[in-house]
Amino acid sequence: MSALATPHAAPLLRESFIELPARERARSLLDAGSFRELLGPFDRIESPWLPLQGVVCQADDGCVIARGTIDGEPAVVAAIESAFQGGSIGEVSGSKIAAALELALRDCERGKIVRPVVLFETGGVRLQEANLGLAVIAEIQAAIVALRRHVPVVGVIAGMVGCFGGMSLAAALCSYLVMTRQGRLGMNGPEVIEQEAGIDELDASDRRRVWQLIGGEQRVASSLADQLVDDDAQAVRAAVQSAFGQGVPAAHRSEQVDTFLQRLARIDPASVTPASMREAFSEQFAHSQPRKEQA
Amino acid sequence: MEHLTFDYPAQRAVTTRAHVGVVGSGDLEVLLSPAADSGTNSGTNAAAMTAHVVVRTSVDGYGHIWKSVLDRFFTRYDGAAQIEINDFGATPGVVALRLAEAVEAAEQGDDA
Repeated sequence: MSALATPHAAPLLRESFIELPARERARSLLDAGSFRELLGPFDRIESPWLPLQGVVCQADDGCVIARGTIDGEPAVVAAIESAFQGGSIGEVSGSKIAAALELALRDCERGKIVRPVVLFETGGVRLQEANLGLAVIAEIQAAIVALRRHVPVVGVIAGMVGCFGGMSLAAALCSYLVMTRQGRLGMNGPEVIEQEAGIDELDASDRRRVWQLIGGEQRVASSLADQLVDDDAQAVRAAVQSAFGQGVPAAHRSEQVDTFLQRLARIDPASVTPASMREAFSEQFAHSQPRKEQA
Repeated sequence: MEHLTFDYPAQRAVTTRAHVGVVGSGDLEVLLSPAADSGTNSGTNAAAMTAHVVVRTSVDGYGHIWKSVLDRFFTRYDGAAQIEINDFGATPGVVALRLAEAVEAAEQGDDA
C-alpha cells in the first residue's frame, strides 16, 4: 500500500479520522492525488428551504461527493459533514448522495465498475425539510440495493455523531460496514429513546451504557457491522480497501431474513443485556447459511 | 438570520479561489473567489478595483462588529476578491482566523 501523500511535515503516529471534516475524510480514503469533487461549494447548490426558516445555508449543503480511485479502481465517495445541521439529510444533500450512487449504478450496468463508499455521519432526516428529506433517503436506499448487486457498497460510521434514523437503515443495507469504537448505529438516538420511553428504559446521559448498546464495538461483536477500526485515517482507508477486496457477499445482511428472525427469537426483551445480545447475534450461532463471500 | 454586504477598495486582481470552514456551531464558512469585475481591466486601473463581502449570519444585530473585523482584515488584504461568508455564530477571533486561512489557501492556489 502506498503511503499517504499528506503535506504534513511532522511525523504523526496516527491521524484521527473523526477529527477530519467531510471533504478531508473523502480525500483520505481516495488514492493520493485522485480526489476530484463534484458539485463543490462553488457550485452553490444550497438548500432552498433553510433560509425560509431563518437558518444559514452551507454552500455544499453539508455533503461532499468526490470521484477518485481506491486501490487504483474508480470510486465515488459521499461524505456527510456532521458539523452542519448535525449531518442531517436535506433535499439537496440527500439528492447529491442518491445521484452519486445512481450514476455509479449506471456505470456498473455498462460494465464499468465504480466503487461506492458512503461516510455516514448523520442524525437522519433534516427536520426542516421533512418529507423531501425522507423521500430522498428512500432514493438512497433504493440505489444502494440496486448497486450492491454489481459491487460492494461500503459504509463507514466513524463518529462522533453516529448514524441514526432513516440513514441507519441505509447503512444496514450496505454490503460492508466499517465502524470505530466511537461510532454509533441505531434507529433512534438515546435522547429520543429516553424522551419517548422514559429514563427507566435508557438514561441518555449514561454514555458508557449508550456505547455498550449501540457503539461500534457492540455492533461488530453482534454481526451488525463488519470491521472495527481505530480512529486512524490509515486504518479506515485500509478497512475500506479490504472490504472491496472481499467482493460482493453471497447474501447481504438484509437478505438473511430467517437468520435474523432466529437470532431475534433468542432475545428476551425483559432480560436482554449487551452481552446476551452479542451472544444471540454472534455468527457462530447462525443456523442457516453462514455469510460467505464470493471468490 | 441577517444579510450584510460590504465593499472595500482593492489594489490587485485575484486569480484563484478557496473554500474554508464549515457552517457549524461557533464556526463559519468562507468562499473566496475573484470578484466578478476584477481582471477586466488587467490591473491597469487599480483605483476601479473593489472587493465585495457578503455575510449571511445566524446572529442578528452585530453589523457593527462585522464592519470592525472586516475593516481590520482589509487593512492588510488588498485583493479584489468576492468573499462570501456563511456564519453560524462565530466569534470575531474565529472570523479573523478563517479569513486569514482563506487568503492563505487562495494564495497557494488550492482551489479544491
